[in-house]
Order: sequence, then structure tokens, then C-alpha cells
Amino acid sequence: MSAVSETREQALAGYNFAYLDEQTKRMIRRAILKAVAIPGYQVPFASREMPMPYGWGTGGVQVTAAVLGPDDVLKVIDQGADDTTNAVSIRQFFERTAGVATTTRTAEATVIQTRHRIPEATLRAGQVLVFQVPIPEPLRFLEPRETETRRLHALAEYGLMHVKLYEDIARHGHIATTYAYPVEVSGRYVMDPSPTPKFDNPKMDDCAALQLFGAGRERRIYAVPPHTRVRSLDFADHPFEVQRFDRPCALCGAADSYLDEVVLDDRGRRLFVCSDTDHCATRRAEGHVGPGEEEAAP
Amino acid sequence: MNDDLPLLSVEGLTRHYGARLGCADVAFDLYPGEVLAVVGESGSGKSTLLSLLAQELRPDAGRLLYRLRDGTARELGAMGEAERRLLARTEWGFIRQDATQGLRMAVSAGGNVGERLMALGRRHYGEIRGTAAEWLRRVEIDVARIDDTPRAFSGGMRQRLQIARNLVTAPRLVLMDEPTSGLDVSVQARLLDLVRGLVAELGLAVVIVTHDLAVARLLSHRIMVMRRGRVIETGLTDQVLDDPAEPYTQLLVSSVLAA
Repeated sequence: MSAVSETREQALAGYNFAYLDEQTKRMIRRAILKAVAIPGYQVPFASREMPMPYGWGTGGVQVTAAVLGPDDVLKVIDQGADDTTNAVSIRQFFERTAGVATTTRTAEATVIQTRHRIPEATLRAGQVLVFQVPIPEPLRFLEPRETETRRLHALAEYGLMHVKLYEDIARHGHIATTYAYPVEVSGRYVMDPSPTPKFDNPKMDDCAALQLFGAGRERRIYAVPPHTRVRSLDFADHPFEVQRFDRPCALCGAADSYLDEVVLDDRGRRLFVCSDTDHCATRRAEGHVGPGEEEAAP
Repeated sequence: MNDDLPLLSVEGLTRHYGARLGCADVAFDLYPGEVLAVVGESGSGKSTLLSLLAQELRPDAGRLLYRLRDGTARELGAMGEAERRLLARTEWGFIRQDATQGLRMAVSAGGNVGERLMALGRRHYGEIRGTAAEWLRRVEIDVARIDDTPRAFSGGMRQRLQIARNLVTAPRLVLMDEPTSGLDVSVQARLLDLVRGLVAELGLAVVIVTHDLAVARLLSHRIMVMRRGRVIETGLTDQVLDDPAEPYTQLLVSSVLAA
């Protein structure tokens, strides 16, 4: 054992590396391997009780704990931001229990745990993107019986998924699903990309990084291996489209990123800024400047 | 297609619920374009038989032979689930007594009719909607209501929507479970009229379960009387209803109230 890891061992007294015991990590890794071998298929796993409530990323945390090594650099984002409660606490959790280096820079990270966004910067080979998933079953709200949805997946009967999209068009004139937009992975399984905006769906297609999805409460792990075809479901005469913003980021001027609306006061002042804080900060450091605050609506 | 060969052959179909009998030794042949009525009182095994035909229950004994479009007869029990479900979506229809079980109540009428088309891989919204509208017209539902959910529909409209939803993929065999019960007589009459028209027009083979002998007389060519899980009498509809042989059938026929 090297000197570095010995000091880490001391710093982490009382905890196994990355909190989970080795048996549990092996179990999760086996589930991950199976998930990678069958892209988009939901693999059951024995989800553990974690020191945080369900819905706070227990699935993502377990997947991260299972893939994390001492030399990894971890980044955690929540809605694209590195500085929100969920992101900060999970980052600190792994700083304390694994002693790994952490970063907010997408390019420097080797493991990125995310809730609700995929970073704007193109991911590269060797990076692992871990999604926190609340509801892994894309058919859940169409067919409540788990026994039946599993059968539908097994037989690739996905007509029901299109019924939902049909209903959207019939009611709203266009496909109104804007997040958790269903995708077909590698021409076989239909998968819920977790509640990421559909803006991020094209980033999943042919992505160089490994994408892992962990649902703690629902006890499912699924994966999209690098360079896998990920197609968003649509109709021939209503093709898939991502949402567009009619203004650039107020801070960095980016016209092609996903924007968050920030309400500044109760008189209608608001700001549209990049939801990916690292992307925004990087651009500002490069000298990009946005238009700033707009005139408040009368 | 050779119309001289049966579409569906049922041999010795038996099903027990534990010690109790569901139905026993049911056998019949159903030919293309033929309407067979199964009548009998509650608990006589009619619904068990229909569930067996619809592959929702597995028989304890007996077998079902179904003739595919290419003319080969296949045993349904020996088929894989994927193939059986494909047949259920394309070749068969099931009109249920309770429309809320046969429809997706939270999905619009158009979505209900279009579901089978989408399940078969149709991916053009305009075409699917066009076909759905065409079918709503055929079952006499106002096309303006294509985006309403069946929750907002009357009982008769729900049954007609169920028919459209089932017939949109041009099935060859349709099972009906008391399709008109619970409807008032004028609505019943129009629904029966519609079913009779569609059956003749599309050349459907139909197994209809009913306790209403008037429905049986109006729709069916042949009739099968069941009692305590067994078939006690079969024959041409008019023959069985006008000249019943079995005492039980005589009782059934004489129990009908004349209007």
C-alpha cells in the first residue's frame, strides 16, 4: 500500500473507502456490468440504505461509490449547478468518506454525478456520468403494473409510449414533454433519461463518456455505454425538437446553452442565466460578456 | 383464403378453479365470417370460456387451433408469448362488457383508436389521426370529440369506441363479452345494428357471450347453450331458439319476457 493511500486510510477512519463496504460495491458493479452489456435495460440491484433520504440521489451516490477509485476527480452538479445544497453535500460526502479530489470543472472531472442536467461541455472518453434517477420506468404513468411493464420491455412493445406522445400533440399541437423525454437506446430498449430537459437528449447520442443511471428507491441501475445510438422517440410528421431560448445568457452571452430563470425581486426583475454554472464561469473567464439584466416588464 | 376450413378449432377445453369447475370439454369450430353466440345463466362458464379463447387464462386440458392468414393452423398454447400478443393486436379483438376495462380512460378517443396502429409501428401522427377519425365516423361518434377522453362519453359511446379501437387493425376474430348489457334498449338496438353491419361488411368471425337471447337471435348464426360449465345444446340459432331440445334450454327460452 502506498504512502498516499495510507494517509487516506487514516483520514477516513471508521469508514470503508467511499462509504459502502466492498461486498456491496461488488454487487453494484455486477449490476453496472450487466447494464452496460444490455444498454437501456433496467437491472435490479440491492439498493442500500444511505445516510440521506430517498429522492436526494441515493441511487446516484451508490453508483458513484461503486465506480470511484482513489485517483478519480469527482464533480457533482444539481440542475447544472455545482453550488446547490444537493451538489455540495454529496461532494462533501465523498470528500470525507473517500478522500478523493473534487472539482467544479467539467473538463477536469473523471466522475460526474448529476441531477437533472448533462454538462454543456462535450464529455470525453474515460469520463463517467452518473445520473440520479427518481423513476426509472418510462412506462410507469401509462401502465401502473410493474409485472406488465417488464413484459412490455421484454417484448419491445412500445406502442404505449407513442400513445403518450400522440396525446401531447392532440392536446397541445406539439410534443409537450420537455423533460424525462423517452429515448430508444441502441435500437432496442426504451429508457427514461431521468428528469433531464429534452434539451440534453441529443448529448446522450454517441456520447464518448460512459453514462450510468442509478435509482435508489426503485432499486434499478441502467446504462448507456460510450458511442451508443440514443434516439428520442417522435413521429414522422412531428420530429423531435429541443427547446430554444429567445435570448442569450445574461452573464456570459452563450446563445446555445440551457438557461435558468432567476427571479431577482418581487417587481418582475429577473435574469436568464446558464444552468451549467461551470460552463458559464469558463466562458466569462475567457472574456465572454452577456447583455446583463434586461428592462423589467412594465 | 380457404373459407371451408375453420378459423378457430376448439377441442376439449377444460378449466378448473381449484376444485370448482370453470368449464369442461368445450369443443366447436368457428368459420370465417361466422357469428357464434354462447348463452347461459350467470356462472354457467361463458366468461371462463371467453377468457380461455382470449388467452387470458390457460386451459387445464384441451387445445385451441387458430388458422393464420397464410392458411397454416397453429396451436395457440404452443405459441411464444411475443407471437401470441402480436396476434392479439392484429388478428383478434376483445370487446369487454365493462368499457372501462377495454379502453384507456385517461387517453383521448383518438389515442384509444390509434394505440393498436402505433403498436404496429405506425409513426405518422397525421395518418394515425386520420384513420382514427375515419373509424369514429364509422361507429357514429362525432369526430369533433376525437380529443375527448372516454370519461366524458356515455355508455353507448364507450362501447362504440371500444369497437372502433378493436377493429382498426382489421382483425379476423372478435370476442364480445355482453357488449350491450347495461345499455338502455334504444342504445342497445343501435349498437346491435352497428355490430351487425360491421360483421357483415368486414367478414368477421365473432364469438359473442350473452345472456340476452334477443341479442343472440339478432346477431348470431349459431348458438351454444352452456350450463354448469358444460355445453348442453348447440345448433343453428333459429333452430335452438324456436325448437329447443334440452329442458334447460326450453326453460331459458320460455323465460324471455315478451315486450
